[in-house]
Amino acid sequence: MSELTQESRRNFMKLFAVAGGGLVLGFNSTSSIASGLGLIDGSNLPAAAIDFNSYLSISPDNIITILSPNPELGQNIKTSFPMIVAEELDADWTKVKVVQAPLDTNKFERQVTGGSGAVPHSWERLRKAGATARQMLMEAAAKRWNVAANSLTTENGMVVHTASGRKLNYGELATEASKVPVPKDVKLKDNKDFKLIGTAVRNVDNHEMITGKPLYGLDVYKEGMLFAMIQRPEAFGMKLKSVDAAKAKAMPGIVDVVSFGNNVAVVGKSTWQVMKARKELKVAYEPDGTLESSSDHDRLFKELLNSKEASVRRKDGDVDAAFKNAAKVIKSEYQCPFLSHSPMEPMNFFAHVRPDGVELAGPTQTPQRARDMVAKLLDIAPEKITLELTRLGGGFGRRLSADYVLEAAELSSIIKAPVKVIWSREDDMSGGTYRPAVRYRFEAALDAKGNMIGYKLRGVGINSGNPTREDNFPSGTVANLLIDSVEHKSPITTGPWRAPITNFLAFAEQAFLDEVAQAAKKDPVQFRLELLDKAKKAPVGEIKYDIDRMRGVIELAAEKSNWGKKKGVHQGFSVYFSHRSYVAQVAEVKLVKSVPVVEKVYAAADCGIVVNLSGAYQQVRGGIVDGLGHAMYSKLSFKDGAVEQKNFNNYRLIRLKEVPEIDVHFVNNGIDPTGLGEPALPPTGGAVANAIFKATGKRLRNQPFMEQVEFKSA
Amino acid sequence: MATYKLQINGRSYEVDVEPDTPLLWVLRDNLGLVGTKYGCGIAQCGACTVHVNGNAMRSCVYPVSAAATAKITTIEGLSEAGDHPVQLAWDEVDVAQCGYCQAGQIMTATALLNKNQKPSAEEIDNAMNGNICRCGTYHRIREAVALAATKLK
Repeated sequence: MSELTQESRRNFMKLFAVAGGGLVLGFNSTSSIASGLGLIDGSNLPAAAIDFNSYLSISPDNIITILSPNPELGQNIKTSFPMIVAEELDADWTKVKVVQAPLDTNKFERQVTGGSGAVPHSWERLRKAGATARQMLMEAAAKRWNVAANSLTTENGMVVHTASGRKLNYGELATEASKVPVPKDVKLKDNKDFKLIGTAVRNVDNHEMITGKPLYGLDVYKEGMLFAMIQRPEAFGMKLKSVDAAKAKAMPGIVDVVSFGNNVAVVGKSTWQVMKARKELKVAYEPDGTLESSSDHDRLFKELLNSKEASVRRKDGDVDAAFKNAAKVIKSEYQCPFLSHSPMEPMNFFAHVRPDGVELAGPTQTPQRARDMVAKLLDIAPEKITLELTRLGGGFGRRLSADYVLEAAELSSIIKAPVKVIWSREDDMSGGTYRPAVRYRFEAALDAKGNMIGYKLRGVGINSGNPTREDNFPSGTVANLLIDSVEHKSPITTGPWRAPITNFLAFAEQAFLDEVAQAAKKDPVQFRLELLDKAKKAPVGEIKYDIDRMRGVIELAAEKSNWGKKKGVHQGFSVYFSHRSYVAQVAEVKLVKSVPVVEKVYAAADCGIVVNLSGAYQQVRGGIVDGLGHAMYSKLSFKDGAVEQKNFNNYRLIRLKEVPEIDVHFVNNGIDPTGLGEPALPPTGGAVANAIFKATGKRLRNQPFMEQVEFKSA
Repeated sequence: MATYKLQINGRSYEVDVEPDTPLLWVLRDNLGLVGTKYGCGIAQCGACTVHVNGNAMRSCVYPVSAAATAKITTIEGLSEAGDHPVQLAWDEVDVAQCGYCQAGQIMTATALLNKNQKPSAEEIDNAMNGNICRCGTYHRIREAVALAATKLK
């Protein structure tokens, strides 16, 4: 990832005069003006600006074009990024056109969707882009009217001279403004003056989505393009032995069958023809490693939990002494299965490897990494590769891996033709990079007064890396603490899955703390607040979360849900800090004929300033539905290295009837945005499990819940 | 291969494909109507929903040979300008996140409203339960269907 230096960040604005007039504001003066432009649909750009690269352009006919560089997968970045620019520009939002930028490492940095990081990372840069242009437009107007720039104001895409009543729209000033020296320091708006930020703005792609326009990778159809599907080993730990493709090759529409690595690609003239021909392949595989089953993992977890070889992640105080002196010890284990990401658009990518360069197009969360990996694979300079970013039909972390991009590029280089590689749903679900299966053991030591004096967590997982977040709550609140982990390396591939690690760790931790609160005979909310109080007065070791922000969401969720004061419903509490933001949740469960029904979830979120209220509600509600659905229903299991669930008939995703009412509240404390794509998901499982415990007395410690208790999620 | 004459969105098309080709892939690969999406291929997710003679149909398992005499409507043919009451409601409620499943959701909702102009909350839930939205926009889907019902003339 190329990072601009502090110095270059300060000087990042540069102005280009636009052919035919107009203002184009970019971030890097050295960027090649021509690079990547062929990838932008010219019809989306006003004629006067078409030959320029930048975030923002204003054409003489008063169209404001904002390029959105980051991949859009439903987190709504393509609407919220331009809103931030438009806010500081004081633009008329109805005159703003948003265009998805292709990968351009000269002009943009961090063209990544992941880690809930896009808005926090770009917040100030985008504001400055808008504010600088606004300043230049005002100076152009001042010159034209021969008045002082500070006697002017802007509103809704116009520069206004209130004293004389004169007004000009930005388009009318764009050419002159383009000749004004770029101001070094611009004043950003006071939060209280925001007009667009914090309001509900509809998705800029709504019209295209509801009318079925081509937007996604699977919608890419290029001149002369072939279609391909790839047969991969049927199990993790197998490799390709031999292929008999005679029958498949003879099928209608089939152009070729080629093998590379462990892949057998069927290439043809239409999707259905390659789907059908693929079934006629006779492929033999042979073992290349252990063929693991979920039952092996269950046994393995028990061994690893007792391993002497753990990596210590955090150690505070003297844990052994604390547990020796404890009046009460609570100990519990929690386990989750592998999960598939299952974005609704299966993996796919277009590649055309030509002698003079490579054209790539499709859905990826990490275009730069994908391009650089293709460059390495094909031994070609990255500058010779263009990557057109389509809208992503979901990602959830799956498209942070570039495996499917590399496949397409390698196949195109072999067949020397443009090709779109399409994964079937079964390929998607059996093709790997899953959320890892993990098991945790928590132990807490309480003194005679119910104070938590010791805390231990061991996380063990299959290709999980470090499955703990050792500096998260409750670290810092307990004097004696030990967090360690053990990883089993497996042929089953894993990768980041929305809110990596915390998507299950948060559940386990928050459910365990509920058990501890119960043992300490304390109210779960009060228990957490007391821990935070302790950390505030006398922090133990380093604390990487903000105690006040965490307290803020706890109190807001408790207030909005009328915590502990409701009759006839059973409430469960959970709070989690992840990716810089804080979310507390209260789940409410009712017993209907003794079956627990999850009726409602309250959420209090602190993500700093909310940019787009409509998108923010979506991220929180969607995160809760995601967290609830996977906690309750979803499980990917293995038999001899092969997945046992390959499609939605036996891999269960939450459906419409199963979602409870969700009530969302934002703290809105004026802090710069801290991200919202993931943080609402982690707390949900814990809140629901804790509410089900209150209703039924049954502790849910393993996911999916549906294997352990009869319930309804709505 | 065989030739099929298809009536789609009020227009006539002729395609030369194998009889078992699902309508989904004819729409996408042969006719360039890519608004209808591939999600699962086994009629489980609803992303490929179109109307066949006014009924919601999973085009991923509907062979083109069965479609020859039918009147087919896809998301592209729901309205000329994207202003069908269901489309307007989807925009107004701002339903979509990634948006990939929404064409199928809209086609399912429209088929419901064509038959039942004043659906109850339960009827909306029953009709929409077959369409998966992985982003979890279910609350707004419910809201948009109810809003669309109020927009029907």
